[in-house]
Amino acid sequence: MTEIRNYTMNFGPQHPAAHGVLRLIMEMDGEVVERIDPHIGLLHRATEKLAESKPYNHSIGYMDRLDYVSMMCNEHAYVLAIEKLLGVQVPTRAQYIRVMFSEITRIRNHLLWIAAHGLDIGAMAVFLYAFREREDLCDVYEATSGARLHAAYFRPGGVYRDLPEKMPRYASSKVHSDDEIRAKNMNREGSVLDFIESFVERFPACVDEYENLLTDNRIWKQRTVDIAVVSPERALQLGFTGPMLRGSGFAWDLRRKQPYEVYPELKFDIPVGVTGDCYDRYLVRMEEMRQSNHIIKQCVNWLKDNPGPVMLDDHKLTPPSRENMKDDMESLIHHFKLFTEGYSTPPGQVYQAVEAPKGEFGIYIISDGANKPYRLKVRAPGFAHLAALDEMARGHMLSDVVAIIGTQDIVFGEVDR
Amino acid sequence: MSTAISGQKRAAFDAVALKFEATVEEKFGEFTLIAPAHNVIALLTSLRDHRDFLFEQLVDLCGVDFDQDARRSDQHPERFAVVYHLLSVSKNTRVRVVVYLPEIQPIVRTVVGLWASANWFEREAFDLFGILFEGHPDLRRLLTDYGFVGHPFRKDFPLSGHVEMRYDEEKGRVIYEPVSIEPRVTVPRVVR
Repeated sequence: MTEIRNYTMNFGPQHPAAHGVLRLIMEMDGEVVERIDPHIGLLHRATEKLAESKPYNHSIGYMDRLDYVSMMCNEHAYVLAIEKLLGVQVPTRAQYIRVMFSEITRIRNHLLWIAAHGLDIGAMAVFLYAFREREDLCDVYEATSGARLHAAYFRPGGVYRDLPEKMPRYASSKVHSDDEIRAKNMNREGSVLDFIESFVERFPACVDEYENLLTDNRIWKQRTVDIAVVSPERALQLGFTGPMLRGSGFAWDLRRKQPYEVYPELKFDIPVGVTGDCYDRYLVRMEEMRQSNHIIKQCVNWLKDNPGPVMLDDHKLTPPSRENMKDDMESLIHHFKLFTEGYSTPPGQVYQAVEAPKGEFGIYIISDGANKPYRLKVRAPGFAHLAALDEMARGHMLSDVVAIIGTQDIVFGEVDR
Repeated sequence: MSTAISGQKRAAFDAVALKFEATVEEKFGEFTLIAPAHNVIALLTSLRDHRDFLFEQLVDLCGVDFDQDARRSDQHPERFAVVYHLLSVSKNTRVRVVVYLPEIQPIVRTVVGLWASANWFEREAFDLFGILFEGHPDLRRLLTDYGFVGHPFRKDFPLSGHVEMRYDEEKGRVIYEPVSIEPRVTVPRVVR
């Protein structure tokens, strides 16, 4: 009689389906997963420890690099936490800009997610379409903050600068005809807001396009329906947040339940799933893109009608204008002190969470009254989700593990921190 | 949050704090319960199950290291602390529970039995701070390298670490050496 034994398999850390540097030690019974032990930390950069040795503003750039596909949402949590400590209220226009960019970031994140998730489980075309739209949002990022990815645009007290009046255009080139360039520049004639508006009008049709490719696709359904079903009770137990929790049927969204900024003013719906499988989570995220699009539209309308300051006028916290610095001694001193020393926060501890595209992204700051945080803790949604990979994947096939990693929308920047 | 609701919450927290010898703080609109180490599991269980609270979710758990300066101010009685952030989805409330642990043998009962999400959070706190969680099913290092020595987020652990690694041509493998850079302070700490 032959003896049948489980065998242990290594997956990663370098594997295209691992969404970064994830190493899994899998105990397999044939092709069925018995147990998974994820090894993480390969991208651990000790962000929290680094932040302890720097003034508050220096760490904004680190926040971009946590969840590096939803940059501004991370910044958002960080600056909100600092503002809570300081007890300051930012101008309304800055709040609208922040909310608009949070939602742009959500769409960007979900576009990358659907692209990668689709690619992982065999839908190649979606990847190309999703990146086409993502490119436009990268351009919006670049036009406003100067960077396509790591923006460092949100600052305590507002945003770095107002939305520019001009959208950069394509220059004539040897490889494109003038007609092509003209077509590309069609919606870039006006301001950045005009460009965003044209995107918002175009985008729902794009989501329809992705849904055409996937929602009723037999292969897509075979790969996602009834895979990794998480009951509502387990989802709470496992610390799920965001689409992972909503996919299991909880209408829990921090933008609604514990609103921050101007979310109470805006109209949007919270999509929820029914069965809590990969397919439901897919549907939830697709609908979230439409809702985010709706929010952006409202923000664009408001921003067009309401000019105003985008930064607090408190120069202990925000830099004075360059112009004033040239002939106003006090502005010069403020500038020098702010950029060499920063600002001190009152002692105490705060926890501020935002509804990031992946779930609840929280920043916990312990301040001892200094110009640096005494302790900074980043609560990353992906960390709790990945911890549940073992439970979600048990009893599934090896190929489903890839689908589960995809549905969790794992990004290692935030898991490893 | 209206003051009436805030007052109700305050009363409920005061009651549970009295029962478990904890103290309640309310600052920045957030509630913090500082619990004695021997009672913290009972307190957390009560927060999860009592119908006034129903904290179904452990959102975050982290360790904190308070150095000598921080302890001198009398705010922090012990060197280590474990901070639990709880969220009630049904009541829409948050609370923070802090438990202080001594420098020698910082050990506390695990809460994996209460919230499954505690598993990795506790492993992380063990890895980074050396806080032990009694009864944890699998207390291994999580974020640091295989074979790492020390607990990097403690305040006495230098920012640049103790060892650096490089590939050695002669030996044909990666080797560890003492760090070659001096720790330096770029911006001094200022309290105003």
